Amino acid sequence: MLNAPLDTVYTFETPEGVDLGLRIAGPVPRALAWAIDAAIRYAVVFALSLAIFSLAKLGFGIFLVVLFLLEWLYPVFFEVTRGATPGKKALGLVVLHDNGTPVGWTASLIRNLLRVVDFFPVLYATGLASVLINRQFKRLGDLAAGTLVVYADQGRTSVAPQAAEALPLPVAVSVDEQRALLDFAERSSALAPARVAELAQILTGENGAQAVHMVHGYACWLARGR
Amino acid sequence: MKQQQFIEHHRSVWEALRQTLDELEKPPRRRDGSDLERLPELYRRVCADLALAKERRYSSGLVDELHDLAMRGHSVLYRRKSLWWWRVAIFIWVVFPSTLRKNARLFWLATALFYLPALALGGLCYHNNDFIYTVMSPHQVAQMEYMYDPGNSKLGRSEARESSTDFEMFGYYIWNNIGIGFRTFASGIFFGIGTLLALLFNGVTIGAVAGHLTELGFVGTFWPFVAGHSAFELTAICISGTAGLMLARALLVPGRRTRGEALRVEAAAAVQLIMGAALLLLVAAFIEAFWSADGAVRPVLKFAVAALLWLSVVLYLSLAGRGRDAA
Repeated sequence: MLNAPLDTVYTFETPEGVDLGLRIAGPVPRALAWAIDAAIRYAVVFALSLAIFSLAKLGFGIFLVVLFLLEWLYPVFFEVTRGATPGKKALGLVVLHDNGTPVGWTASLIRNLLRVVDFFPVLYATGLASVLINRQFKRLGDLAAGTLVVYADQGRTSVAPQAAEALPLPVAVSVDEQRALLDFAERSSALAPARVAELAQILTGENGAQAVHMVHGYACWLARGR
Repeated sequence: MKQQQFIEHHRSVWEALRQTLDELEKPPRRRDGSDLERLPELYRRVCADLALAKERRYSSGLVDELHDLAMRGHSVLYRRKSLWWWRVAIFIWVVFPSTLRKNARLFWLATALFYLPALALGGLCYHNNDFIYTVMSPHQVAQMEYMYDPGNSKLGRSEARESSTDFEMFGYYIWNNIGIGFRTFASGIFFGIGTLLALLFNGVTIGAVAGHLTELGFVGTFWPFVAGHSAFELTAICISGTAGLMLARALLVPGRRTRGEALRVEAAAAVQLIMGAALLLLVAAFIEAFWSADGAVRPVLKFAVAALLWLSVVLYLSLAGRGRDAA
């Protein structure tokens, strides 16, 4: 495509022949998700250390087993059963295979066992370098496992364009321009009124409410015809 | 066709898919038994609608809505589910040993990297009382000598050691030993250097300790203690090393693949080995905590059991699942 937009969307083709796009998560939300998970893990360790203090040596054995599970298998458990750890869930992230399917045991184990080399030497320095070099923000564990960390775009619904009287377009417009008009109508409710008016003014040359009304009219014309 | 007409025409299919997905995303026992058989058909129709909506440049809102619906459908339709206990059984009986046999050359390499320094240091420390200080600090040596000194009964459960201590040590072995196995594997991604160092370091330390203690004459406490779990523990270290070396092989000699592709393929096989090694270490921790530490058992019996365990590990890894390797 000419003038492809600068974007982090990663597309893959499904067996049905449609392209699905994934919005790849960058280092900052992933670091925040990790911090939340770390807080949860420390909280569990702390609570456990209080609870089993009375059990002395038997308790210490249990404590170490739980420590092992939290250290290595906590992310695996949540990624395989829930799609993401609680921290990633909170940031709206999910882990997927490169082909868009939910992550399985093998891939999740690989990416989480290799976490220790991404952490090397301190605070994910290796992982950060890998994420910044890689087009899909993959750390070493993701490269070896063939996984992606993406935003969980689930259940976006289209907003009906604001009702307006259909207005025929005065000039022929390209398909991309048509789409821009439709997007304007759909999204104008989410923008500040002044900004909506400003954009409509550039397009129509009219003023304020009149301009907005005209652009909505064009959009209705495109969406449902006369 | 205008967007509005398109929506009115197809809306019912989208809603049907949405409801089916809502149902399928619940755990099986909470489903209300409504008709789920239509998933593939509904999903394919939504995919077709998505392609049309994109091609006709309908609004982003509509395309996004269809995209998310198709994405959910894709996730549900292509997720892999199978009986977990069956997969575990197949893994233990077929996948793990046959993956190891397929990578036998790297296994022997890892084994050599571990045992050769162990034998060398063992010999040196056995012949020279002071040689151990070249690889361990005096404090560590003193601690280790105290642990296996026949003069104190700390090792034996009979008096000083209670069964709760066994459980404490079990937890420690899990946390420490399996962690070491995992790190040995993971550090292989640094072109094998991490794995190499881990194998050499473990070989040197274990060999030095064994040689030194034998030279001191602590034969009666040291060897009966380590013999039993060594079959599982030492083999598992070598297997962790094999898994790490597989990552290194993918990066150093990818063959006719890109390094990324080679890494993905090798890592998928290597993770089977590291899981198998973790299982062996789990067994080793169990034996070490509850059997090796039992001082009331006579050394002869301990050696007999150890021989049996070594034999079973060798037989398991070389024979289990043979002929089903292709499966």
